Amino acid sequence: MAELRAPDECGVPDPMPFMHPTLRENYGKWVFHSHPKPGVLYHRAENGTEVWTVKFGTARQLDGYTVRLLCDLADKHADGHMRFTARSNVEFMVTAESKVDPLIKELNSHGFPVGGTANSVSMISHTQGFLHCDIPGTDASGVVKALMDELHEEFIKCEMPNRVKLSTSCCEINCGGQADIAIIMQHTKPPKINHDLVANVCERPTVVARCPVAAIRPALVNGKPSLEVDEKKCICCGACFPPCPPMQINDPEHSKIAIWVGGKNSNARSKPTFHKLVASGLPNNLPRWPEVAAVVKNILAVYKADAQPWERMGDWIDRIGWPRFFEKTGLPFTKYHIDDWRGSRTTLNASTHIRF
Amino acid sequence: MAKKMHDTPMLDKLESGPWPSFVTGLKREAAKKDIMVDLLGQLETSYKTKKGYWKGGTVGVFGYGGGVIPRFTELKDEHENPVFPDAAEFHTLRIQPPAGMHYDTATLRKFADIWDKYGSGLIGLHGQSGDIMMQGCTTANVQPAWEEINAMGFDMGGAGPALRTSMSCVGAARCEMSCYDEAKALRTIINANIDDMHRPALPYKFKFKFSGCPNDCVNSIQRSDMATIGTWRDNIQVNEQQARDYMKGHGMDKLVNDVISKCPTRAITLRNKADAVTGDSISTVAVDDQHVMQIENHDCVRCMHCLNVMPGALLPGKDKGVTILVGGKSVLKIGATMGTVIIPFMKLESEEDFEKLNEMSRNIIDFFAENALEHERTGEMIERIGLVNFLEGLDIDVDPNMVNHPRANPYVRMDDWDEEVEKANERKAAA
Repeated sequence: MAELRAPDECGVPDPMPFMHPTLRENYGKWVFHSHPKPGVLYHRAENGTEVWTVKFGTARQLDGYTVRLLCDLADKHADGHMRFTARSNVEFMVTAESKVDPLIKELNSHGFPVGGTANSVSMISHTQGFLHCDIPGTDASGVVKALMDELHEEFIKCEMPNRVKLSTSCCEINCGGQADIAIIMQHTKPPKINHDLVANVCERPTVVARCPVAAIRPALVNGKPSLEVDEKKCICCGACFPPCPPMQINDPEHSKIAIWVGGKNSNARSKPTFHKLVASGLPNNLPRWPEVAAVVKNILAVYKADAQPWERMGDWIDRIGWPRFFEKTGLPFTKYHIDDWRGSRTTLNASTHIRF
Repeated sequence: MAKKMHDTPMLDKLESGPWPSFVTGLKREAAKKDIMVDLLGQLETSYKTKKGYWKGGTVGVFGYGGGVIPRFTELKDEHENPVFPDAAEFHTLRIQPPAGMHYDTATLRKFADIWDKYGSGLIGLHGQSGDIMMQGCTTANVQPAWEEINAMGFDMGGAGPALRTSMSCVGAARCEMSCYDEAKALRTIINANIDDMHRPALPYKFKFKFSGCPNDCVNSIQRSDMATIGTWRDNIQVNEQQARDYMKGHGMDKLVNDVISKCPTRAITLRNKADAVTGDSISTVAVDDQHVMQIENHDCVRCMHCLNVMPGALLPGKDKGVTILVGGKSVLKIGATMGTVIIPFMKLESEEDFEKLNEMSRNIIDFFAENALEHERTGEMIERIGLVNFLEGLDIDVDPNMVNHPRANPYVRMDDWDEEVEKANERKAAA
């Protein structure tokens, strides 16, 4: 074996050598921005320097051809630099307004949707799914592709009341994160335990400790050390599955998709909020998830028609109230919408504030 | 030329439609690489059976204990042989991007070349913690691929119970809302604690995130154990020309409905010029010849709304700094928690300021390492021990900005009340 090279523990690279020179030269000196049209941002520095940013969507999972195509386009139009956003959109910076339209034209000709700025539905932040996750209940890239096909117009047009952030997560751990609309796999049955494997694969005390409701205990099954689940206590969260894959929580038939709304991370207007459950029981219907797309599009349409300018999904619901949200979207309100986890009493209406 | 493709009727349906298709990308790589042919075979099987087929394991690089996400196929035939042998190993290397995710094309081309040579060709830009995800690598190729990436000046990211790869917003590079040098803060803290990223030895993951203003574009309050968010403590700055431009373009109804009435603390008033009030904490800007908009900055909570709606007309103050919040995390296991304020304001300009932030970060990691239970996040630890124990452990003074409201129940022992009042008076005197 060849001699192994010790790593150079160089840490996070300095962004300056990679940054577009106009951004580098005006670092910390910007004073104004505007949104000339969907997908385009204009920024001006205190010395009058101007920069236009063209933003567009990608599949996030990029093959070599696409990476090199992005490089060719950046070399031709944007001085050989680009940056990525937290939602896997790409931003090309150009230093003259005249460069914006030819760039957009060429991006569109290669199938890159230009948009995702301001009050648009931006790219869905997502997880790894079947492609690379070890505990997925569904795919992630596929859900995103299917939904962004449906929401393409909202990405390129910027006609929503305020920005709309979506996320998808392929299990309840919710790696996709909080969002205006979050699409999250929801397990509905306790794990099926492969007792033959537990003793060899799982550290049993760790698995017992992971359970949020203390529903798991050690047991002897067929003479072998294993685990058992109190199925009445089990909340089907799947927390036992990562440390112990024989606790099969994913169920091709019974794992369903739930929709959550009203999460936001910005402090603008109201404090940051978590998203709330509004729909569940939707089938994991690969490869295009039409039932999920229908619910998401319906919520977006009602929000678009009803919210005031600058109201995020959560701001809008704050104004109209949850009863009206369920009424307007036609989504059924069930006993499962009433929280019973710790701290849940603060989620109940302790007032006579009721809209009629 | 790679081997023959498997039939993928389900995945083929994700090639139509206006959004860029990852399946088309996978197929382009599959035309060249057997690993991708078989990856498509396994992925198609997952689509058919609605089941995932990856399991973890232990794969790493020389010198580090983390950063590679090992994936071995569990899709085996009756003889325990992989159904798709060329994708039986499909590991990911997590690589830390430059702060702010800026790239030049030479760097990205080099990544693509390295991944053509050693991997599947598939690069995820970026993962949910901000990593460059070099996806699809055999165990044998992990080390040589890593050595070439490392030689470019890029380092491995975090995985497991370790310090994780960090993110900062675009910030000072292209945003007038930026209140500090986000990239510098990120690099100062992460690079000073890099040992905890490469040699996982913490109770569980620890994430830092850096947002330049309270719009929090990298979601630091919900997604990081320690959030550093830019803010200011003096008056909002105004630019009359921009304010008049806004008014000309939007009109009085939009100014009232979109800006003034949406201020969450009712800190903004519209007045006739003649009725304008004066005071040290008031920002005043004329929006036309008759009206001024006035902001009582003591009532302002720096939510960013009016600055967002009237960009350039209203800007963060000059006395900039950061607010620090601790304990954000996702669902497992007590439910999602948000970061809560532990430092309402600190300056972050001089080298000493950055060193102070760095020291505090180290102290918080140390406290977490010593006090959290296994697989317990910082937010869960604070919930278990109480915020005050956490603050006392770090020698941070209490502050009313840390709570929504004071205690609402009497169930507490308050033996040292007089001493605590004394301390509060001392703090007041020292301020």
